[in-house]
Amino acid sequence: MTYQSWGQYPSVKQDVTHLYWRTDAFPDAQSILPFGQGRSYGDVNLNDGGTIVSTAHLNHLISFDPSTGILSCEAGVTLGDILKVIVPQGWFIPVSPGTKFVSVGGAIANDVHGKNHHRAGTFGRYVQEFELLRSDNSRTTCSPTQNTDLFSATIGGLGLTGVITRATIQLKKIHSPYLNAETLKIGSLDEFWQVSLESDKTHEYTVGWIDTSVRGKKLGRGLFMRANWAEDTTRDITDTYREPRITMPINAPNWMINVPVIKAFNVAYYHKQITKHTTTQQHYDPFFYPLDIVQYWNRFYGSRGFQSYQCVVPVEGGLEVIRTMLDTIHRSGLASPLTVLKLFGDIPSPGIMSFPAPGVNLLLDFPNVGRKLTDLLLELDRITAEANGKVNPAKDAHLTPEYFAQFYPQYKEFSQYIDPRISSSFWRRVTKNL
Amino acid sequence: MTIIIFGAASAIAQATIRLWAKQGHDLYLVDRNEDSLKIVADDAIARGAHSAHTTVADLTHTDNHPALLNEAIETTGSIDIAFIAYGTLGDQKAGEERFAVAQQELLTNCVSVLSLLTELANYFEKKGSGTIAAISSVAGDRGRKSNYIYGTAKGALTIFLQGLRHRLAHTDVHVLTIKPGFVDTPMTKEFKKGLLWAKPDQIAQGIIRAIDKKKRTVYLPFFWKYIMCIIRAIPEPIFLKLPL
Repeated sequence: MTYQSWGQYPSVKQDVTHLYWRTDAFPDAQSILPFGQGRSYGDVNLNDGGTIVSTAHLNHLISFDPSTGILSCEAGVTLGDILKVIVPQGWFIPVSPGTKFVSVGGAIANDVHGKNHHRAGTFGRYVQEFELLRSDNSRTTCSPTQNTDLFSATIGGLGLTGVITRATIQLKKIHSPYLNAETLKIGSLDEFWQVSLESDKTHEYTVGWIDTSVRGKKLGRGLFMRANWAEDTTRDITDTYREPRITMPINAPNWMINVPVIKAFNVAYYHKQITKHTTTQQHYDPFFYPLDIVQYWNRFYGSRGFQSYQCVVPVEGGLEVIRTMLDTIHRSGLASPLTVLKLFGDIPSPGIMSFPAPGVNLLLDFPNVGRKLTDLLLELDRITAEANGKVNPAKDAHLTPEYFAQFYPQYKEFSQYIDPRISSSFWRRVTKNL
Repeated sequence: MTIIIFGAASAIAQATIRLWAKQGHDLYLVDRNEDSLKIVADDAIARGAHSAHTTVADLTHTDNHPALLNEAIETTGSIDIAFIAYGTLGDQKAGEERFAVAQQELLTNCVSVLSLLTELANYFEKKGSGTIAAISSVAGDRGRKSNYIYGTAKGALTIFLQGLRHRLAHTDVHVLTIKPGFVDTPMTKEFKKGLLWAKPDQIAQGIIRAIDKKKRTVYLPFFWKYIMCIIRAIPEPIFLKLPL
């Protein structure tokens, strides 16, 4: 286990300590940050010059009631571990991010979202209760009715309010581990918009992938995926997921993922589907977690790492904002191999600092090429700010304090709940001189 | 099946318990810390164990072993597998300086285990079938300066298990000696981990496989069999010059 963030950037010097049991006392160090599975991209999970406390050993389930779908577990349990237990009994994670290798604590601290945001909102909405261990060694049970202020500060609270030791989650009933999934070929951004609005009414899970190799009229072409859970139970409910089949053993050379390669990949991925519309019955694993097939796929970007940019902008005028952003990226000469577009719904997020908000959500990944990327990200921030949008801290390694304060004006209210002995590289960066 | 696990909160035991839990067995868990034991038992139930009874006991008190086992048999009715998984990795240097430290190590990792094995062997011999599996170590295969106290305890345990296997050969009682190499657990948290290190999950799978296949001795992961074959074969004049 390496204690880096998923983007392998920035690199930091920090000590590592563990909680071996959830009954252990708060670690004895000056500056602490809880660390789950290291799947946040930027520096929200790093504590340069301080100590991170790994929750990897807090991997016990506490109780699971298959009749109600209520699961209690420790904060270090991964969604993948939970799925192994619950899917054969007809339950699923209510809101799942694009990887099953995140911890429950991490899912709460980043109030993660998924392809069903328009129907289900964020992960935090399904948290019935959790226990928070703070540096004064107090243990507070937080829920929508108990210690509600700490509850809403901790959901999306980036680990800063204390160490989550355990949580109780309401799961979602399923009748089959398979989904009826459709992929639609989309010719333009306008078409994406239309299909997205329609599909959100008929489908529980929707997401778009954008081919960023083209401009002009074709701008925004891509593949649109939508799915509903299969109702028939003819297929075996105990079909479980596969372990990662391929491991990227070491970092690729930095030059491997370059702009022509990214563009070629985009074109190829767009054309992998020849017909306009395909329908398949797909197991949940490849549908929700396509990238989990390759363990350490982040190493493809090389030792320099990569940076993500995820923003959400209001629906009104949102399409034009996305168009401007995609154009800006083109003009910068950089390219993103993985560009995801999704409409968020208007179900409120429970956390004070939660990222998801109603609007258009755009996600881009860039090889960490230095100055050129820094400039581009700043330009994208400017566009996001102008559109009254915001950027996702869980994927961020670049935000300036000014933009952070603009995107999250509630940070002052939130600050009062931060544990005095907890800090992160992210938090120090975005609150510098504020 | 009914399985009794001594040292249930140890990392390797926990990983093994999870596999057994998934198969829906009845578990009888023994460890010294009540909180940890409850955490492990709840986890086992949530993962599918049919039952998970807990008993808090300090197993270095060998006088209590007969009563402990009797209670387990009374509670469960009958035991099919006994798995001994507890141990400590003591401070070799401290043990060199003060024999009392070494003695404590030998009590925990060897003497108390031999006492338990004696009780278990008598029970299973009468019953005529079952499995006794105990975690020894590759460290018991040859004495070396960096951890010969731990090595002595495990070496003696290996010999004892060998003898027990011989004694019970006429019955259907299966005696398994488990020899893990380097395993990444809280017990070894001070060590820098390299290529040879394994995760408790891998070891657990190997243990279940070895029990199912009725192996006598199993090195985990398998390559330790070859490493230890070489280590044992090194002539002592050369061995004495090695920094092992």
